[in-house]
Amino acid sequence: MRHTILPRALFVMLIAAGSLQAQVPYDRLLRSGQEPQNWLTHHGNYNSQRYSTLSQITPENVKNLEVQWIFQARSLEKFEATPLVVDGVMYTVQAPNDVVALDAATGRIFWTYSHTPDQASRPCCGRVNRGVAVLGDTLFMATIDARLIALDAKNGRPLWNVAVAKPESGYAMTLAPLVVKDKVIVGTAGGEFGIRGFIAAYDAKTGNEAWRFYTIPGPGEPGHETWPANSNAWEHGGASVWVTGSYDPDLNLTYWGIGNAGPDYNGDDRAGDNLYSSSVVALDADTGKLKWHYQFSPHDEFDYDATQVPVLADMQWKGSPRKVMLWANRNGFFYVLDRATGQFLLGKPFVEVNWASGFDEKGRPQRVAGMTPNSQGVLILPGNQGGTNWYNPSYSPRTGLFYIPTWANYSSLYVKQKQEYVEGKNFGGGTPRPTTPTGIRTTANNYAKEDEGYGAIRALDPHTGEMKWQFKMTDVTDAGVLTTASNLLFSGGREGYFYALDARDGKLLWKFPVGGRVISGPMTFSLGGKQYVSIAAGNSLFTFALK
Amino acid sequence: MRKRLSQVCILIAALAAGAVPVPAQPAQLAQHEYTESEIEAGKQQYTNNCARCHGPDGDNVANADIGHGKFRRASNDAALVALIRNGIPETTMTGFTNMTEPNAQTIVAYLRSMASTAAAVAALPAGDSNRGKAIFDGKGACGTCHRVGDRGSRVGPDLSQIGAQRRLVELHRSIVEPDAEVIPANRFFRITTKDGATFNGRLLNQDTFTVQILDVKDEKLKSFSKSNLREYAFVNNSPMPSFKDKLSTQELSDLISYLASLKGQAN
Repeated sequence: MRHTILPRALFVMLIAAGSLQAQVPYDRLLRSGQEPQNWLTHHGNYNSQRYSTLSQITPENVKNLEVQWIFQARSLEKFEATPLVVDGVMYTVQAPNDVVALDAATGRIFWTYSHTPDQASRPCCGRVNRGVAVLGDTLFMATIDARLIALDAKNGRPLWNVAVAKPESGYAMTLAPLVVKDKVIVGTAGGEFGIRGFIAAYDAKTGNEAWRFYTIPGPGEPGHETWPANSNAWEHGGASVWVTGSYDPDLNLTYWGIGNAGPDYNGDDRAGDNLYSSSVVALDADTGKLKWHYQFSPHDEFDYDATQVPVLADMQWKGSPRKVMLWANRNGFFYVLDRATGQFLLGKPFVEVNWASGFDEKGRPQRVAGMTPNSQGVLILPGNQGGTNWYNPSYSPRTGLFYIPTWANYSSLYVKQKQEYVEGKNFGGGTPRPTTPTGIRTTANNYAKEDEGYGAIRALDPHTGEMKWQFKMTDVTDAGVLTTASNLLFSGGREGYFYALDARDGKLLWKFPVGGRVISGPMTFSLGGKQYVSIAAGNSLFTFALK
Repeated sequence: MRKRLSQVCILIAALAAGAVPVPAQPAQLAQHEYTESEIEAGKQQYTNNCARCHGPDGDNVANADIGHGKFRRASNDAALVALIRNGIPETTMTGFTNMTEPNAQTIVAYLRSMASTAAAVAALPAGDSNRGKAIFDGKGACGTCHRVGDRGSRVGPDLSQIGAQRRLVELHRSIVEPDAEVIPANRFFRITTKDGATFNGRLLNQDTFTVQILDVKDEKLKSFSKSNLREYAFVNNSPMPSFKDKLSTQELSDLISYLASLKGQAN
C-alpha cells in the first residue's frame, strides 16, 4: 500500500464549507414513491404496499438473478429486519440491536453501532429487531429493552438514547420506528407479560416525548367501559404494538395495528370488548388523538393480534374512488375499511374460520356458540399463529391484487387456565396446543401432510375477497411479500428458499436456496442503473441482481 | 481543570513528549532513554494492569501519584521494575509475579513519559473553557473538521465526549503535535479513479477488492471497487495542522480547558 502526503491546506479546502444539507429531509419521505431507487421507510413508503415501481427485473429475465453479496450477521437470533437504502447506503439491524451501515452494491461495512440491551429485557418471541427509520442525517432504532436511540447516519454515533418503557415490567420493542414530519413514532410490545401498551411520538431532534396514546383507555376516556368496572384488568391488559404503522399525509392520520388483550387465552377477568386490543387505530399524527378505531376481534381469547401492516390503497369501490385500508388479519378474515372514517366495507375469510360465522352490518363479527377456550381444549381455526401474522403482505396497484403470506389448514386446541398478574411475568392464562401429531416437523425435516397445515402466498381480489390464485409451500411461512411494477412477486418461507412468482398468476419463475428460514420482508432498490433485491434469511442478508 | 493547569511552571518546550523518544524525566530518576515503541507498549500494559487502581493519569491512589514521577519506594528504574513485579507488602499493591521483566520495563517507560508530559501540561497557565470555546469556534476553526454535538464536520474525530475519553496530556499533544499519534480509526485515504476523479476521506473500511470512506467534501459514505481506481493510498500524516505556533500558551490552555469540559451525554 502506497502512502501519500496530502497538503494540509488542500485538505482544509476540500472540506465542505458550512453546514451540509440533511440527506433525507421529511419531504423525501413524503415523496418516497418518486425515488424507487431508494427504500426510505420500513415498508418502502407511507402506504405500506411493499410495491416498487422498479422494473428492470422482469418475469422474462428473473431467471438470470444471481447473488451479488451476502452479509453474515454475527448473531444467532432471527434476522427479521427489512433494510433501508439511502443513496447507495444500506442500513439494517443485526439482532438484537446492532445497526450496520453497508455499501448497498458490495455489502461492505461502513460502520456498526452496538447497543447492549438491559438484561431485564424479555421479549416474548425472540430477541429480534425489524429495522430502523431515517430522517435528515439521523437513524432511529427501537430496542428490545424498550429504548429509542438516535444515531448519526454518517458514523453511527449515538445522538440521544431515551427510555420508552420499563423492560423489567415486560415492555420491549421489536418494530422499526415510523417518522412523520419531525416526530419518531413507536409502539410497545409485551402483551404476553401484562403491560399496558402504548404508541408514542418523540421529537426527532431531542428525543423528548411529544405525545402518547395508550392502547387501553384509562378511567374517564372513551373505551374504558369495555373493561370491567371495579377492576384493574385494564392496567395490565396488553394491547401491544409489534409492527410499523402507516401514514396518510392527506388525512394526517397514522394507522397502527394493536395486539391481543391479556391474559391471552382467558378473558374471564376482563369482561367486555377490551378496546383497543386486536384493533386498528387511526391517530392524528401531530397530537396522537384517536380519530377512529375498528376492532377485528372483540374480547379476543385466541391471541389474535392485529399485528399486521395497515396497507393503504386508493381504488374504485363500488363505482366511486375511495381511500381504503386492506387488512388480512391473524383471525382469518380479510377486511377492507374506509381509512378516512373506519367504516367496515368488506370482511371475508381467506383461510378456514370456525370462531365466527360472519359480520353484522357494522362489521362486528358474529361469534359461533361454544367456540371459546375451556379447560379441556377447543379446536379453533385458524390456530394460534393465525391465518397470517406479523410478516408483511403486499398490494400491487398494477395487478390490483392483495398478496397474503398464509398459514392454511392450520388449527390449535385452546386450553384456558387461571392466571394471576405478577409484574414482568408471563400472563398467558392458558395454552394453545397443536392439533397435529408431535414431530410432523423438526428443525431439519418435514413429515407433514397437506391437511396438517401448509404455507402459501394467496392472491386476493380486494373488491370481493375472492382468492385468484395461491402458491403452495409444503412448510408454513414467516416471510413477507414484495411486488414490483414488472408483475413480479418475491417471497420465501421456512423451507429456506427465496423465490419469484408471476404476480398475475402465481407461477414460479425463479428460486434460490438461501439455506435458512426467511423470516423477513424482501425489498428492492437501484444503484448505478442496476436493480437489486435483498432478503434476510437464516443469519444472513442476501442481495441479488441480474447477471 | 483550572487547578491542575495552574500548577508550578515548567518549560513548555519539555512537552514534546508522548510518542517521540523521551529523555527519562524527571532527570534525577532517569536511567534510560525510552523509544516510542517502548512507551506505546508500556501504555498498553499500564492500561491493562495498572489503570484500574491508579487511574488513567496515575493519580488515583492517595500518596502514590505515579503519573507525575513521584515514587516514594523506588529510587531508580530497576527498583520500579522490581516493585511492579513483587508488589508492596501490607498494601493493596499486589505483585504482578507473572509479568516479565521487559514488560515491567515498558511500564516504567510509560510512567516516565507520563511524568514529563504531565509536567508540561502543568506548566500551562490556568485555562478558561469559555474562552476556549471561542477559540474552537473562531481562531482555531476546529469545527471545519471536528464535530461537537450536532455542529461541525464529521470528517475528523468527533469531540463531543473527548473530555471523557482523553487525558489532558493527550489533548495537548494532539493539538501541538497532531502527527504524534493518529489512531487507526482516524486514518485518511486518497483515491483517484480511472477517469481522474479524486476523493479524499476518512478511511472506514477496506478489503482486497474495495475501500470505503467518508468523503471530506460532502460527508457522504462512499465505496469504491479498487479495480476502478487509478491509485489509492493512505494519507501519511494527520490532516490536522499543528497549533503549536498558532496559539499562545494561554490560548492553548483555554482550548484544552474547553475540550476537557466536553463530556457528551450519557449513553
